[in-house]
Amino acid sequence: MEVTASWYLVLSAVLFAMGFVGLLVRRNPLIMFMCIELMLNAVNISFVAFSNALDDVAGRTAVFFVLVVAAAEVVVGLSLVVALLRRRPSLSVDDLTSLRG
Amino acid sequence: MVDVIVFAVSALIILGGALGVILSRHSVHAALSLIATFFGVAVLFVQQQAHFLAVVQVVVYAGAIVVLFLFVIMLLGVDRTEDLAEEPLAGQRATALLLGGMLLALILGGLFLSGPGLDTEGGALALTGQSSQTASVRQLDESQSDIDLLADDLFTRNVLSFEATALLLTIATVGAVVLVRNRGGEDLVVDEPGSAKR
Repeated sequence: MEVTASWYLVLSAVLFAMGFVGLLVRRNPLIMFMCIELMLNAVNISFVAFSNALDDVAGRTAVFFVLVVAAAEVVVGLSLVVALLRRRPSLSVDDLTSLRG
Repeated sequence: MVDVIVFAVSALIILGGALGVILSRHSVHAALSLIATFFGVAVLFVQQQAHFLAVVQVVVYAGAIVVLFLFVIMLLGVDRTEDLAEEPLAGQRATALLLGGMLLALILGGLFLSGPGLDTEGGALALTGQSSQTASVRQLDESQSDIDLLADDLFTRNVLSFEATALLLTIATVGAVVLVRNRGGEDLVVDEPGSAKR
C-alpha cells in the first residue's frame, strides 16, 4: 500500500469541511478565526499534494503566500476582536447587531 | 508501509485537533488543539519532501499565530467557557452539519467523479486544469533542496507577488495599530444599553 495524492486530498477535504462547520456553529470570534486557520491549512495540504503530483514547485510557492496572508489576516482579525471587546464586555458574534436595520 | 503509518498517525492528530477546535468549550483548549493540527500538517509536509514549508508551518503557525491567539485570550480575560449545550438559533447546528456534509460531498465528488481519476496518469493535470507538465525549470528536482527550489521560484517568477505581500504585511501592521489605538478614554464607553459596566 502506498500513500498517493488522493489520500492527502481526501484528508484536506475532510479538514476543510470541519473548519467550515466550526465556522458556522461557534459564536466566539476567536474560535471562528481558528476555524478559518483550519480551512487555510486544509488548502495548504492540497497545494503540496498537487505540487508533488504535478512535479511543479508553484504549489509550494502558493503555500508560502497563503502563510503570509494568514499571518496578516490574524493580525487584523485579532485587533478587531480587541477593539470590539473594549466596547462590549461579552465576546459573541450574536451581540454585534448594531447594523441591524 | 512506514509512509502509511506516518500518514495515518498524522491524519488522526490533524482531525482530532480540528475536532478539539470546534468542540472545546474553553478557548485556550481550542488554541492548544489548533497547535496539534498544525504539527500534524507539518508532518505531512515533511512526508511530501516540503521540508522548508514544514519548518515555516511550525514557526509561523504553531509559534507566532497560536501565541497571538493565546495572547489575546489571556490579555482580554476572555477565557470563560462557552456553553455549547444551548443553541441560540433554532436549527443552526443541524443546518451547519448539513451544509458541511454537502460541501464535503461536493469536494469529494469533484475529486473522484470528474476526469480520468486522480491517481491515474494525467489525473492531477485534468483536475487542476493545467495544460501539460510545466516547463523543466519549475520541476521539482531531487538533487536540489526544497528551499533552493522555493527561493528560485519565489524570487524569479513571483517577485512581484513577493513585494505585494511585503506591502500587505505593512498595511496589516498599520491597520492593527490604528484599530487598537487608545483614543483617550473613549474605549470605556459601553455602547450597549443594558450591558454590564466594566
